[in-house]
Amino acid sequence: MEITVKEFKHCDMITVNGRVDSSTAPQLAQALEAANDGGKYKLVVNMEGLEYMSSAGFRALLAAQRNCRRYNRGEVVLANVPERIREALELAGFTELFKTFDDSLMAVGHF
Amino acid sequence: MESVRFAAKFEFLDEIREFVGVVARQGGFSEKDIYNIQLATDEAASNMIEHAYENIPDGVIDLSCGMEGDHIRIVLIDYGEPFDPSAIPLPDLKADLSDRKIGGLGIFLMRKLMDEVHYEPRPDKSNVLTMIKRKR
Repeated sequence: MEITVKEFKHCDMITVNGRVDSSTAPQLAQALEAANDGGKYKLVVNMEGLEYMSSAGFRALLAAQRNCRRYNRGEVVLANVPERIREALELAGFTELFKTFDDSLMAVGHF
Repeated sequence: MESVRFAAKFEFLDEIREFVGVVARQGGFSEKDIYNIQLATDEAASNMIEHAYENIPDGVIDLSCGMEGDHIRIVLIDYGEPFDPSAIPLPDLKADLSDRKIGGLGIFLMRKLMDEVHYEPRPDKSNVLTMIKRKR
């Protein structure tokens, strides 16, 4: 799994590539926490290059969403969610908790 | 059935998914089903590592997997603390963000993605988790 962060004027985009499971989810959680620690609460998680995500990754996203939405200071949105991952997120009832965009620039434009 | 023993560590989840993925692909499952079989097996193994072996170093997971007619059978055995997936309350998927519980999600996915999930703690201190998925 690889994570890259790109700063935009009104939000940060965190691009996650590869596979997120119990082994790699802590790195994703860390990247999301680091953004929050830097005062960034408007986050786009770009999943374009994501091949796989287990519930360990879902939990990292949920924790970040809670922290970002607190005091209405922001939110986490998802972009380019691959079909299999979207199906699993739906099954877990997570699609109601995150706005999703088919395009990362549309997600950035949301903020 | 092919069997492999893995050290109960998260770093082997990749290999665990690969092992069941190869059997499912040879068995003629669709790409969607293969992904879901891998996800369910990952969740099962992750639970064993996290809960059954929580305070036990050097645990192992014996993973067996094979096609039986129209379905795949996946058996994971741990030798840690008995951990009955059916005893874990299911997450409330309608709960608000603030009330959403973090746990139980893996087990929920296992049950949703597979046709059958059985758990059996045995007298010899092994815990046997069996999952079955049929081809549609």
